[in-house]
Amino acid sequence: MNFPILSSLILLPSIGALFLFFTRSKSENKITVKYVALFTSLVNFFLSIYLWFLFDQTTSAFQFVEDRIWIEGLINYKVGVDGISILFIILTTFITPLCIISVNNSITKRLNEFLIAILIMETFMIGVFCSLDLVVFYLFFEAGLIPMFLIIGIWGGTRRVYSAFKFFLFTLLGSVLMLVAIISIYWITGTTDVVQLYELGIDTKYQNLLWLAFFSSFAVKTPMWPVHTWLPDAHVEAPTAGSVLLAAILLKMAGYGFIRFSLGLFPSASEVFTPLIYTLSVIAIIFTSLIALMQEDMKKLIAYSSVAHMGFVTLGIFTIQQQGIEGSIIQMISHGLVSAALFLCVGVVYDRMHSRLITTYGGIVTIIPKYAVLFMVFTLAALGLPGTSGFVGEFLILMAAFKDNFLVAVLASLGVIIGAAYMLWLYKRVIFGKLINSELKKMIDLNKSEAFTLTCLAIPTLYFGFYPEPLINTIEVSISDLINTYNYSVASK
Amino acid sequence: MMDNIELIFPEIFISLSIMFLLILGVFKKNSSKIIHNISLLVLLITAVITFNETISVNPTVIFNKSIVIDYLASFMKIITLIAAFVVLLISSNYLRTFKIFKIEYPILILSSVLGMMIMISSNDLIVFYMGLELQSLALYVLATFDRDQLKSSEAGLKYFVLSALSSGLLLYGCSLIYGFTGSTNFSVISTQFNANEYALTFGIVFILVGLAFKISAVPFHMWAPDVYEGSPTSVTLFFTMVPKIAALTVFIRFLYIPFLNLIDQWQMILIFLSIASMLFGAIAAIGQKNLKRLIAYSSISHIGYALAGLATGSNEGIQSSVIYMTIYIIMNLGFFSCLLMMKRNNVYYEQIDDLSGLSKNHPLLSISLLIILFSLAGIPPLAGFFAKFYIFKSVIEQSMYFLAIVGLLSTVVAAFYYLRIIKIMYFDEEKESYDNDQSVWLKFSLTVSTILILMYFIFPSELIDAVSKINII
Repeated sequence: MNFPILSSLILLPSIGALFLFFTRSKSENKITVKYVALFTSLVNFFLSIYLWFLFDQTTSAFQFVEDRIWIEGLINYKVGVDGISILFIILTTFITPLCIISVNNSITKRLNEFLIAILIMETFMIGVFCSLDLVVFYLFFEAGLIPMFLIIGIWGGTRRVYSAFKFFLFTLLGSVLMLVAIISIYWITGTTDVVQLYELGIDTKYQNLLWLAFFSSFAVKTPMWPVHTWLPDAHVEAPTAGSVLLAAILLKMAGYGFIRFSLGLFPSASEVFTPLIYTLSVIAIIFTSLIALMQEDMKKLIAYSSVAHMGFVTLGIFTIQQQGIEGSIIQMISHGLVSAALFLCVGVVYDRMHSRLITTYGGIVTIIPKYAVLFMVFTLAALGLPGTSGFVGEFLILMAAFKDNFLVAVLASLGVIIGAAYMLWLYKRVIFGKLINSELKKMIDLNKSEAFTLTCLAIPTLYFGFYPEPLINTIEVSISDLINTYNYSVASK
Repeated sequence: MMDNIELIFPEIFISLSIMFLLILGVFKKNSSKIIHNISLLVLLITAVITFNETISVNPTVIFNKSIVIDYLASFMKIITLIAAFVVLLISSNYLRTFKIFKIEYPILILSSVLGMMIMISSNDLIVFYMGLELQSLALYVLATFDRDQLKSSEAGLKYFVLSALSSGLLLYGCSLIYGFTGSTNFSVISTQFNANEYALTFGIVFILVGLAFKISAVPFHMWAPDVYEGSPTSVTLFFTMVPKIAALTVFIRFLYIPFLNLIDQWQMILIFLSIASMLFGAIAAIGQKNLKRLIAYSSISHIGYALAGLATGSNEGIQSSVIYMTIYIIMNLGFFSCLLMMKRNNVYYEQIDDLSGLSKNHPLLSISLLIILFSLAGIPPLAGFFAKFYIFKSVIEQSMYFLAIVGLLSTVVAAFYYLRIIKIMYFDEEKESYDNDQSVWLKFSLTVSTILILMYFIFPSELIDAVSKINII
């Protein structure tokens, strides 16, 4: 394989963005601009599908590796994928075109710049999942702040400034310690190359501090309780497409980071800190689910449910068992699809009524039936009904958790029940009930593009719910290898 | 005596040019434009000569070891010259607007550059002091250049009084060192001193105080915001960049050549200066409303990072500081190019609120400023991130974790006020648009600096290669 497929995936959206930058954004070529962006992201999507097609599922080694000297003797530009990262890349390239399709009515000003920001964002997100060098990873990880800050700040709601600042500063504060850790790793081992670091291992005496530094960054990004407070604000104020990107992909960077770096590089520290993660995860699951019950703003409710779902993910990862980590990855993919869809659903009614409050709605099932059906699919997927992808992830995670720690598993299961409660209650209040607000009668059902995006998301949600085999096959070998290495290094300590 | 005189040919050339231009200015009426252009040429030629004659020379000491020509000197001189060149290039419209487009302006800049070149090359306390005073005297006048403005005169006076005080401290330090080592020459001092002599430490401290004043490191920064605000903007631009290069070079030479063995004594001082500058600069900038004051505090905090590199006591640290200053200068040039573009009907605007909604009226200008500000905040993949990355790499190499963590945390604080400018530009309602008739050179310097910042990550090795030849220890 000489064709640098991963670099193409990373660069292509940026080239599209550059193209858009030189296009004058006049009102008459709004459609053209959108098609350019859509075309770029679709090409990227098919390229990533092709990547999945070429991907060899039988090995845990990194594939499609590109290794170029970037700064002599210091950093190499190294990218590659294994079973863990490839699914996230496909998720990214899948969600981005849907985001671009969804920016119909919601973005009225500066469409051109908005699309540029989204495409640049895609570059950085793919970069995060590909990079096999800690510095390159950090670069992409942090760079994503810039477009997201602008997306929230320019196109957001009324409290957009506050939310954008909170998002930016929280994440930056978390990340700077990771930078210290990365540089320290460089001086301890002499390299920041992840593959080499896997082989070399890091001295146990440094691991705890390094783990904490990485944790501070990932915990903010995940987000874990108690540093989750930026998420509801950011979600509520961001435009629909921004919320979708944030929920579907940005949050996954941290989960991915936990698997790739925290487990992979610091096995003994991971063992030490597992109780911490368990505690925070369980608090996140139960506490934020309870908060979600009380929300009156639909977006805020979904945002809190994201925190709870990510609590399951972190719980699953740190069970450090095959099922647990598989479950976490599937949960992340599923949450990527479902939360994206739910935010789009909120966006649909918001575009029509300009309100996100649950009390505005009620009894709209007869007025917009198609919407009601699709919304139902995603509600059920979010609460983990068997037959949806949400179930597979949660089930695997809970199974692994029961093996490891009974109490934690019971508490987490409690969270599942509360999760069902708030999602169903949300659905009931929005879709069913008496039609009180007469304004709602004027609502029109899904238009073609909305129906298309939501269906696109519904298909994989259901498909992987019934048949998660393709996902599991892809990640299986990489995870079992990761766990073997982990057990080996913990045992040899 | 006259051996190797060609090595100081750049200095000789620039001094002859100054004299020639002075005479030309006196005898020819309305010659400010010609002198302005000739000065540009002189700076350019001097940079070329320096590049050709000295950059590849092996380290040489001449004139009784009082002048040293090495890679560090040549590199810093070229940066000084280029920075001064750009300042002169983009300031002509501003000066014309304020009717201070006079012959003295370029000549004063040339003289201060000459002083800095001497400072950069100095290997002797007396030579260093001469260079320092030459550049300071020129800078006092430059600060008050818009003499009909009360603020400008105030700035100049303030700078003069405080700077004179610091020069006094510096001289006192020099005399102490001379008294306890019997020499003013860096190379001689390094062989002669007795490390147990407390007075020697006092001498070092006094000199460090004087130098810290020149680079406006906390707690000797008080003059900077007032002087930066009061001086004409083009002079502020000069202040924020050029004198700091020279002072930083002297920092390097003074600490690393004679007193490397006393690192225990001065390392703590530098760490303190560095942490105080980084934190104070970041926190104090939050409340500012004037862009020039804000950039004053921002430059204080940036100097803190450069000092962090120097505090390491290693070659990597010095190199990272030099890289930091180079990138900082590029960012600063870009920032001030934007500031000089904020003109409407011959009035220049410099409040932060004047940037309100800039992105609607001037999309290209605001995207450049956006990139520059994110880079100043140190967000990857822009050049400012790499600058900080190298600094922290060398700091952590010496296991100075506290310094690294405080430094990185203060970048988060600093990010806040850069973000605030971006917020005002992008999220707020627009105001009247600014004039679009900017000079070509202003646009040019903004474009070039923005592209350099944006594209730095593609060719990061070039600058490292250039700097890696600096070996002081």
